[in-house]
Amino acid sequence: MVTNPMHQFEVYKIGPEINLGGINLSFTNASLFMVISAMLVISILFFGTKKKSLIPSKIQLITEMSYTFVAKMINDTAGSSAKPFFPFIFSLFTFVLFCNMVGMLPYSFTVTSHIIVTFVLASIVFISVTILGFAKHGFRYLELFVPKGVPIVLLPLIIIIEIISYLSRPISLSVRLFANMMAGHTMLKVFGGFVISLGLLGGWLPLGFSVALTGLEILVAFLQAYVFAILTCIYLNDALNLHH
Amino acid sequence: MELEAAKMIGAGLAAIALAGAGVGIGIIFGNYLSAAMRNPSAAQKQFPNLLLGFALAEATGLFGLVVALIILFAF
Repeated sequence: MVTNPMHQFEVYKIGPEINLGGINLSFTNASLFMVISAMLVISILFFGTKKKSLIPSKIQLITEMSYTFVAKMINDTAGSSAKPFFPFIFSLFTFVLFCNMVGMLPYSFTVTSHIIVTFVLASIVFISVTILGFAKHGFRYLELFVPKGVPIVLLPLIIIIEIISYLSRPISLSVRLFANMMAGHTMLKVFGGFVISLGLLGGWLPLGFSVALTGLEILVAFLQAYVFAILTCIYLNDALNLHH
Repeated sequence: MELEAAKMIGAGLAAIALAGAGVGIGIIFGNYLSAAMRNPSAAQKQFPNLLLGFALAEATGLFGLVVALIILFAF
């Protein structure tokens, strides 16, 4: 009995169908797991900051550690002028992290393995960073496409390349997260299928392999959230400090 | 050639992207190790950068997967 490894990514609706002007707005399992991960983040932060003591409890320690981790990351990559954007990057990081981690639980659903979710997140980052850059620097923000110290002859080519690389940012940001999560979960299911089909005699090898892969996937789940957040910081740095 | 067969061949060819990802991950970890051997005190500080480079290099291989999926399911 080998089931389709892509079956786990199926979106189905829970409860009644809601149609608003031809747009299907039904509550699906994807939205359920988004709500679960958002609630987890909120409850951990709520209970972590409820009882503040000098000697922190475990949950307070988690809250403080995640705060300093993100604050240090923003300070290192985007400088102190990016400090007002801490809540945005912190919520982005924790939401992606918890979506990835909740997806690692058996029988759950990985929200970030759907390109539309990651693409929306990446477009929010891209559009807000672009607006911020134009608001802060005006049309001088277009200097981003003209690197300093490039010979005049090469300039037309470089500008085209820079514009293309700027416009492909949301695509690469979203596809990176989506492809990592989807490939990882497909791989886990494929090796799980090997365990079943090889049976009691030969199934131990893929079983050990899938245990190792689960460890790798947890690492990847954290790393991809980290990469998503740090690239957001880098883009923010471009918009805040031109030619830095 | 039949379209179905051509799709399969194309999707298989997209797996070549993994070669580049393998080279990239090897270069990152190899260079990190050789640099860490030379200056062990600076190694701990560069560990986040190592992980960042690993994740970025791994992701380029996965773009090949996306190409394969587009070939198989989008056309």
